[in-house]
Amino acid sequence: MTEEVRIGVYVCHCGSNIAGTVDVEEVARWAGHLPNVVSSRDYKFMCSSLGQEMIEKDIKEMGVNRVVVASCTPHLHEPTYRNALARAGLNPYFFEMANIREQVSWVTSDPVEATKKAEALVAAAVGRVAWHQALEPLFVPIEPSVLIVGGGVTGIQSALEIADAGYHVYMVEREPSIGGHMAQLDKTFPTLDCSACILTPKMFNVGNHKNVTLMTWSEVEKVDGYIGNFTVTIRKRARYIDEALCTGCGVCQEKCPKRVVDDVFEAGVGRRKAVYRPFPQAVPNYPVIDRANCTFFLKGTCKACEKFCPTGAIKFDQQDEIVTVKVGNIILATGWDLFDARRMPQYGYGRLPNVFSSMEFERLSNAAGPTGGKIVLRDGVSVPKSVGIIHCVGSRDKNYNNYCSAICCMQSLKFAHLVHEKTGAQVHNFYIDIRTPAKAYDEFYQRILEEGTIFIRGKVAEVTDTGRTPEEEGKLIVQVDDSLAGRQRRIPLDMVILSAGLEPRHDAKEVAIKFGISCSADRWFMEKHPKLDPVATMTDGVFVAGACQGPKDIPASVAQGSAAAARVLSIIGQKEIEIDAATAIVDETSCVGCKECIASCPYQAIEFLEDKGKAYVREALCKGCGTCVGTCLSKSIALKHFTDQQLVSEMIGAMTAMKMFEQAQTEVA
Amino acid sequence: MADPKIIGFLCNWCSYRGADTAGMARMKYPPHVKIVRVPCSGRISPELVLRTFREGADGVMVLGCHIGDCHYNTGNHRTAKRMPMLKKLLEYTGIDPRRLYINWVSAAEGEKFASVITEFTETMRSLPPMSEVMQAEVMQSEVMR
Repeated sequence: MTEEVRIGVYVCHCGSNIAGTVDVEEVARWAGHLPNVVSSRDYKFMCSSLGQEMIEKDIKEMGVNRVVVASCTPHLHEPTYRNALARAGLNPYFFEMANIREQVSWVTSDPVEATKKAEALVAAAVGRVAWHQALEPLFVPIEPSVLIVGGGVTGIQSALEIADAGYHVYMVEREPSIGGHMAQLDKTFPTLDCSACILTPKMFNVGNHKNVTLMTWSEVEKVDGYIGNFTVTIRKRARYIDEALCTGCGVCQEKCPKRVVDDVFEAGVGRRKAVYRPFPQAVPNYPVIDRANCTFFLKGTCKACEKFCPTGAIKFDQQDEIVTVKVGNIILATGWDLFDARRMPQYGYGRLPNVFSSMEFERLSNAAGPTGGKIVLRDGVSVPKSVGIIHCVGSRDKNYNNYCSAICCMQSLKFAHLVHEKTGAQVHNFYIDIRTPAKAYDEFYQRILEEGTIFIRGKVAEVTDTGRTPEEEGKLIVQVDDSLAGRQRRIPLDMVILSAGLEPRHDAKEVAIKFGISCSADRWFMEKHPKLDPVATMTDGVFVAGACQGPKDIPASVAQGSAAAARVLSIIGQKEIEIDAATAIVDETSCVGCKECIASCPYQAIEFLEDKGKAYVREALCKGCGTCVGTCLSKSIALKHFTDQQLVSEMIGAMTAMKMFEQAQTEVA
Repeated sequence: MADPKIIGFLCNWCSYRGADTAGMARMKYPPHVKIVRVPCSGRISPELVLRTFREGADGVMVLGCHIGDCHYNTGNHRTAKRMPMLKKLLEYTGIDPRRLYINWVSAAEGEKFASVITEFTETMRSLPPMSEVMQAEVMQSEVMR
């Protein structure tokens, strides 16, 4: 430190968020006596423009050259204050934050203890900031291509926004076709427009866009790099179809002798062939051969598809292909899995034939589905005269998922309408609460009420086929605690539909790890900020959109798809991106060339200079984790902005304050 | 005993955010742990922990991302190997190894954060203050001389 250190300390009240518990005036007064502190103030809202101007004024007029703000978490406002420093002509790294809101006022009951803790944290920050050094940020160019994982409506929306803006999109989809769950649905609430009719034009646009490279039947294997410079390895699974030759005529599918139950697209109620495309409007329209069920792969003979294919596109010897692409940003739109209602045996799904899951019902009701849109019982012919729809299956239930799946109420109301319209059956909806909080949703509820659907408020105890009275014989009986009537009821019905909830993808955790993001406690992908940054993640350049982040209906998913695209486009528009200057640096005078750091680096950012016998950090690759620093035995690597001197001074600042308080307490005693 | 003096070294991406989550949910926990933020738990060198004990800390907490969840992929693998070794070294030098606490707290685990802080603070309260331990060591070595 050659220049004189002049520290300014600014203690924020955050309205009453901090000042309600911490004596902020006392903290500011106390901090004024700490070494090198020349200005110490408190203010209602430091992050307001007036608060920031206060800092800028002190820098310009009092020669403050190090700044400590005691307020909220640095994850919220560190960039705000760094910008304020920069505006006043000070290097933004001459700044440190003491988190006296999330770590003090919000978690400490006793105001005296809270004030002491706040003072100790301020002392720590003051100790640290004295040793801060000016750092110059590094700029790297941004690769404009974007990877979108998941080809449901969310991913489609993102892809079209970005591709239309003129940038290249690689879309990776696990299934043979894009479209996601929305392609399976019959009608969409509350407008009741046909799901496929509004989705397929968008699917077609993605499939035919000059700026989109579509890879279906593919999965991301590996992701390397960082914002602006990701290298993504994708496995294109063998379709056993030559995409260049296939015209999508569908003859192979017609001639294939093997029929199997389609558990994915038809939700188990319909069948498909061993060579198939999930639905007629599939994009791309090439089929795939399902190796696990194909007679040729199982027994070595058949090849009916090959015989009849007019263009010779069937290739039984095709291998998986590994593709590597360079992208600057990634959007994850991997969607959701349906709650498996078999996990609630009391509702009889999988055991009682006429208990259907919500997705099964969608396929039954869909004109392109296995029954051609006829709502019939499992026997395939009988039309139900009475239907029960159970809400909240697997949701709002501490035994399964605590959260509300957000779509089930509206979906159940839609089912009630469809059953009523197509069969004239009497419909009972069994609900806990009705939640219809979006545009035109409650109006839809009112409409269903007027259509004569019976609503019973109460948690269904069980669905059984054991009748107790003659009228219950041969029926499904729903046993429910009718909480409005205040009694138990048994309602005999022909058909029961379980409005199963949404769950994170079964492999959400592995996918999160692959892309370096986190999951929240219930396994949905975690956003950077639940309110103010809902599509970004803690990993720069990786965004989440749609139901992979939490249960969402179509409008919300589409909005997030666009939001993620907008975030990505704003990054691409910057052309180059600032990467944190907090990188590691080797002190060649003491480095002994043991190479321990090279082994510890998660990014292969350290190389060995053979001529000098020393380690060398390649700054552009270094992410600033400091693992090499913790590993170095000769103390020859420093992590900028997290140097030993800085961390030790911070620790000593806190320790000294704590010792002072202890001594004061002993003296009083 | 008097209030324990504890320093917690927390990684920026998981555990520090776990502390934020606990704060946002207004979970109450004892105020004796002062947090020092590091980018990754892998940054925490043994010397940093030892220096903290030398300054008179009664306990040191090292919290990082769960294994497999590390923001830097494998930074915390080093922590997982390094810190148990350091515990042995502490024991060898006469410092109760319980004074060094290692755990993994994710950004979502606010509740876990509050409970590990409470638990560790209680453990430290049950041990004699570090200042007394050091005093006793000094006296013993003088007797032996």
